Amino acid sequence: MPEARATISPGLHGFHGGLDLDYHKAPASDRPIGDMPLVDEYVLPLHMHIGAPAIPVVAVGDHVRRGQLLARPDDFISAAIHAPTSGVIQAIEPRGLPHPGGLSAQSLVLAADGEDREAEPLDPWPDYVDKSPVELRSRLREAGIVGLGGAVFPTAVKLATANPGGVETLVLNGAECEPYISCDDRLMQEAPEPIIRGAQMMLHAVGASRCLIGIEDNKPRAIEALQMVLDRLAAEEDERRFAIKVVPSIYPAGGEKQLIRTLTGIEVPRNRHVTDYQLLCLNVGTVANSWHAVVEGRALTERVVTVTGGGVAEPQNFRVRIGTPMAKVIEVAGGYTEGVDRLLMGGPMMGFALHEDEVPVVKATNCLLAMRPVDRDPTPPPQPCIRCSRCSEACPADLLPQQLYWYARARQFERSHDYHLFDCIECGVCSAVCPSHIPLVQYFRHAKTEIWSAERERAKAEHARRRFEFHNERIERQKAEREAALAKKRAAVKAAQEKTAPEKSAQEKSAQEKSAPEKSAPEKSNPETSTPKKPAPESVAEDPTHERADGKASNPASEDASTAALSIEAARARAKARKARVQQGEATVDEAAATRGAGDAATSPGDPS
Amino acid sequence: MKFPVESSPHVEASSSVAGVMTTVLWALVPGTIAAVWLLGWGVLINVLLAVGAAWLAEAAMLWLRARPFKPALTDRSVLITGWILALCLPNLAPWWLPVVGAVFAVVVAKQLYGGIGYNLFNPAMVGYVVLLVSFPEAMTRWGAPVDGGATSLSLAQAAQWSVFGALPVGMGFDALSQATPLDQWRMVATQGGEVAGAGVSIWQGGGWSLWLNLAFLAGGAWMLWRGAIRWHIPVAMVVGVLVTAGLLWGIDSERFADPLFHLIGGGVIFGALFVATDPVTASTTPRGRLVFGFGIGTLTVLIRSLGNYPDGVAFAVLLMNLAVPLIDYYTRPAVFGRKRQNRDDRPDGKREA
Repeated sequence: MPEARATISPGLHGFHGGLDLDYHKAPASDRPIGDMPLVDEYVLPLHMHIGAPAIPVVAVGDHVRRGQLLARPDDFISAAIHAPTSGVIQAIEPRGLPHPGGLSAQSLVLAADGEDREAEPLDPWPDYVDKSPVELRSRLREAGIVGLGGAVFPTAVKLATANPGGVETLVLNGAECEPYISCDDRLMQEAPEPIIRGAQMMLHAVGASRCLIGIEDNKPRAIEALQMVLDRLAAEEDERRFAIKVVPSIYPAGGEKQLIRTLTGIEVPRNRHVTDYQLLCLNVGTVANSWHAVVEGRALTERVVTVTGGGVAEPQNFRVRIGTPMAKVIEVAGGYTEGVDRLLMGGPMMGFALHEDEVPVVKATNCLLAMRPVDRDPTPPPQPCIRCSRCSEACPADLLPQQLYWYARARQFERSHDYHLFDCIECGVCSAVCPSHIPLVQYFRHAKTEIWSAERERAKAEHARRRFEFHNERIERQKAEREAALAKKRAAVKAAQEKTAPEKSAQEKSAQEKSAPEKSAPEKSNPETSTPKKPAPESVAEDPTHERADGKASNPASEDASTAALSIEAARARAKARKARVQQGEATVDEAAATRGAGDAATSPGDPS
Repeated sequence: MKFPVESSPHVEASSSVAGVMTTVLWALVPGTIAAVWLLGWGVLINVLLAVGAAWLAEAAMLWLRARPFKPALTDRSVLITGWILALCLPNLAPWWLPVVGAVFAVVVAKQLYGGIGYNLFNPAMVGYVVLLVSFPEAMTRWGAPVDGGATSLSLAQAAQWSVFGALPVGMGFDALSQATPLDQWRMVATQGGEVAGAGVSIWQGGGWSLWLNLAFLAGGAWMLWRGAIRWHIPVAMVVGVLVTAGLLWGIDSERFADPLFHLIGGGVIFGALFVATDPVTASTTPRGRLVFGFGIGTLTVLIRSLGNYPDGVAFAVLLMNLAVPLIDYYTRPAVFGRKRQNRDDRPDGKREA
């Protein structure tokens, strides 16, 4: 750990818990950023940012130049991808991702031609003050700028969420609290001006009035470098909107919400955006690259990567083209040392272990950390929780990890919710302090996954239930409509029958009476079996026999069928002509239905004939 | 190159259960030395018997439960259970007293609940209470302090007394024994006498209980410094004792002992630092720990003043152990971003001036 410490700024607010770690920043942080030589092949996953995967705009075989657009953002939340060097698109195919699950995903494969020819840059806007926030955002979108602190959220989208409410304070995150990582530290030391210039541009883009730069006190040289630029700008341009805030080196001081709390005292809850509080937080590397994109028209094709840990021979920071295979980067850092058994992307607290090193450096790759067993204690087997509460004392989100652990273990996920499981930022502090060596974060990730999948299941079930209910409703409605239509027709036919052939009705009635006792349910559906042309005299829903008897005695059909009076007249002639044949047909249908004993309309339309 | 994959974080473990327990064991040393110095070798015999019995009982239970021996026997928690129990026992106790207490503590109060981390009640206090209830006579065999002018036993004599119940020729048990200050006070109080005038004092016998308490305080300070315990429970418990005793004393100073007597005359300091702070059975939230400690302090004084037993720390601890889940539930700290300052936010996100 570098012993030089800057003086902590007064008036900070701090945050709960946290951990004073061994930082292991040296020797990478003491060496200048090196240039990673070109390699033969670059692999660019289409999905290396938060949001929708980008859509390729080049085809296999295309010659491309450095900075040329290869894939355009697909959605509002998405990011463009550009060629890291000149060469030929060799394939667009699934390739291994740097992912904790070792997944593969669609990627552009670029065979470099070694000439590294530049494409025509975007229109440089040195006078960006004339540009509107919308124009600046679209430029950042075009240039594929995403948050380089590790979150890889499209910067244009972040600014878009900031603009409606306005931003008062821009927070530049140079805290870089994870052990081992020093890419931001080196960037601040070596190129402080683009950072400050980029921040000025961001102040313009979001209309903010001041900028706080949060840096941990273990980076005195970075603080000094930035301060020199600020002093010069104050003298030359009267730039007084900036203030460097030196924060204590307590992990996770560089977490966005922790840093904001430290600098402003504002706690941004989980379900709120930082921009809801007139704040915007950007990583120093992000603003520097934004500046390059706007003022120089340069797309994001490289980033600084810390290659470090006891597992590499010569730890150093490198400027690495996006898409470079990690194995090549390790080679440039002197290769692995004896006994290396773990390769992480990111820091030791929140980084994840990679399955292999043949995956590419992506926009999120801030650090490649190779470890040997001696660089960390071989994790002792977990022991039972002794409820010592060190985890809750150290939790920067003020949670009770030991309680969450009980509920996660007991699979009481509802209770996990009660104890605010989803406020957990997975910083790893609880696991690191646990004297029982319980992998708490792992339990919490698992519980979150379980809850998510349960919620998905619930949503699916709910969807299915709605569909089922809708389906039933439709069936009911159709049935009712059919019955109504049939009742109408039946009434018409009945009226016609009674006028023209009362003696036939009498015959039919006796037939009805014969069969009525043993059928009741089947009757209801019988009418549906008949085609519209066929009257279904015995199948009126309520009590056909009765109605028939009444009809014969007092001829009240006109009442029943009053609404259908007109169609009665029209149907009468037709009915008269077909009476005999139709009556026979009906009888056949009735008998068939009665003997079947089941009147499923849907299954019997073909029965009558 | 391929690598095996493990979950983050990937840092060295900063502490271990055994480490925490070792700190507690070291912290018990000054108090134990003082107790041996002041109360004789019987204390050391008690400690050795109780620790040995506890360790064997733990091993036996692990074997019966088919659990791995190594983690449980090397975490040293069982040594603390035996040791703390032993320090609560009378210095002229027969050998079976610490053994029975330790075995009960480990077998019933700890292992039958599932071993370390799962027990609801403080095992040492369960063992103590069982002895107190089952063997009231043996539990009163307190010998007079060594420099209190009474005759004292050598280590061999003490061992002989412990194992065989035999005293050296010419030495009577009555010559050795002496009621503790709390016992004396209790006797006076229950007989309707005036406490203040009865010569009951924590300063008798050269103020030995004061020295003992100072030695325990030194151990407690070491644990605090090492981060093995937090200040909340001991401080809240002492405050609970002082407040409750002060109230009672204010109501009737003839009938009730003064707060200082309560603080020093019994096991309050020892209990506050070593018993109530047992993480497994104590409350886990900062506010909960204050409630928990205060409750123990209050109950201790109430049990001493109004109950039937001379000292109430053990009962108070066990009663508050029962209340821990409830306390923990109602004292959950506010989560990040859900504290009062944020509740003042207006819905549009603008903070009020």
